[in-house]
Amino acid sequence: MVQLDQLYQEIILDHYKHPHGRGLRDADDPGDQVAEAHHVNPTCGDEVTVRVATDGAVLHDISYDGMGCSISQASASVLHELLRGRGAGEAFEVHEAFVELMSGRGQVTPDEDVLGDGVAFAGVARYPARVKCALLPWMAFKDAAARAGVGVSPEVKA
Amino acid sequence: MTSIAIPSGMPQYDDVPRFDVARVRADFPILDREINGHPLVYLDSANTSHKPRMVLDVLAEHYARHNANVSRSVHTLGTEATEAYEGARAKVAAFINAPSVDEVVFTKNSTEAINIVAYAFSNASLRPDGDPRFRLGPGDEVVISEMEHHSNIVPWQLLCERTGATLRWFGVTEQGRLDESGLEDLVTERTKIVSLVHMSNILGTVNATARITARVREVGALLLLDCSQSVPHLPIDVVDLDADYIVFTGHKMCGPTGIGVLWGRGELLAAMPPVFGGGSMIETVTMAGSTFAAPPARFEAGTPPIAEAVALGAAVDYLTGIGMQSIQWHEKELTAYALDALGSVPDLRIFGPTVPVGRGGTISFALGDVHPHDVGQVLDSLGVQVRVGHHCAKPVCSRFGVPAMTRASFYLYTTTEEIDALVAGLEQVRKVFD
Repeated sequence: MVQLDQLYQEIILDHYKHPHGRGLRDADDPGDQVAEAHHVNPTCGDEVTVRVATDGAVLHDISYDGMGCSISQASASVLHELLRGRGAGEAFEVHEAFVELMSGRGQVTPDEDVLGDGVAFAGVARYPARVKCALLPWMAFKDAAARAGVGVSPEVKA
Repeated sequence: MTSIAIPSGMPQYDDVPRFDVARVRADFPILDREINGHPLVYLDSANTSHKPRMVLDVLAEHYARHNANVSRSVHTLGTEATEAYEGARAKVAAFINAPSVDEVVFTKNSTEAINIVAYAFSNASLRPDGDPRFRLGPGDEVVISEMEHHSNIVPWQLLCERTGATLRWFGVTEQGRLDESGLEDLVTERTKIVSLVHMSNILGTVNATARITARVREVGALLLLDCSQSVPHLPIDVVDLDADYIVFTGHKMCGPTGIGVLWGRGELLAAMPPVFGGGSMIETVTMAGSTFAAPPARFEAGTPPIAEAVALGAAVDYLTGIGMQSIQWHEKELTAYALDALGSVPDLRIFGPTVPVGRGGTISFALGDVHPHDVGQVLDSLGVQVRVGHHCAKPVCSRFGVPAMTRASFYLYTTTEEIDALVAGLEQVRKVFD
């Protein structure tokens, strides 16, 4: 069960059982751009909707809803926790670090200062079948942010 | 299991042919594997079955000793390969009691087999001289069911898009049975083809087809049965079934991947236009046009999966040697055992029939609110291999209001100990996610 404990870290199960900031919300500030993206994992049917409210500089709120496995839903909770209230540039650095961690097949050592609770997903990267679950909300976030007018990588802006 | 006394003179439980599961298991090299430090408990045979040594040997032997292309060489190897390939066709034909060997078309899988029928229909619809039985247009209807695998939904959706025909379907009851209550309204003079799953890959339901067949005959439509899940597990006789087409796939019946079968009534196959054009399927070719070979060659363009077909023939020999009736009974006993055992797990909900009657050894379930992905992951850590997700049957998941299910499926090499391991594993899942 040692391997399994790496996958299902206490932190992940905690976010899954007690998700932070779950539920789609309207923007507090009527001046904010609000956009959302709905992503599904066609192989398993997991889905998540991520909504971003931003003035173009700061991500005032990241709200989400979805259904799926513990990994995908906990990942959405961690994303909300990590990126809400951040500057867009900073948020995309975290985004990049998380994607790098998940693509690393377990060989990447995560930086807790950057990823916070996201480091708990290091074990998930060893399970190729589950990497998509962890990335689902992060990919939806990237699309939602682009639609709200913020994005860093060219393919998102295009 | 409780058994009641059967009056003497009637067939008794002990009359059912049986086999020694331990000896069967010894034929499957992969069953010796360990997974994550535990003995392999493979409960995913509805997804793909394992292959006995005899089949693997035939596959290797074909490439090592008899490799050549088929139906086009006069040399010795070419003759051997052709004889082996056509010999496999004869074995498959006998296995399903096809009246003629020429009614067995080798395909890549069931999906391709269904698509061949669907495209033959649309090709016929485009030709003024197309056989009216296959011609579809606005006002015509194709009938499927909510219980289908995506492979028996999407090809018909696409066919209806191409031709303007309408797609209709049978619903599924709460018990996971085909809802036949609207049969007369659903299958009518407008219906050109009814395409139904024989055994559901997700609910395990085995559909009784006699009433539907009678209605199909009454209105002059055609009937295709997707037997992907039934041919590997039950004795199938196409004459008895009285279908017009059946499809199945080799890899679920101890054969290799890449080989499937379309069986069609000879007279229908002969009237169907070709779908794939190329080598082997022609009679003659000029720059101005071509004429086509008789079935089955008409539907087997290009070099076919020769070694795979030969190995499928070996799989048929293997299954026949054990006996399909005894395999069916073995799985019936396993299913009864599993339904009882799973019924003892708190918070477990079975989708589909909960009695071992009119169903096969494929059981899908939910464990409380735990997502099937998580169920499957914890079970995997204990060596138990189950399928999780929508099982390529999303409408069934929607019907029961869940995005995904966990599925355990059995075969001739499955034991009751493996079902016990599943139940013990589910306890572990509950501990992790309580």
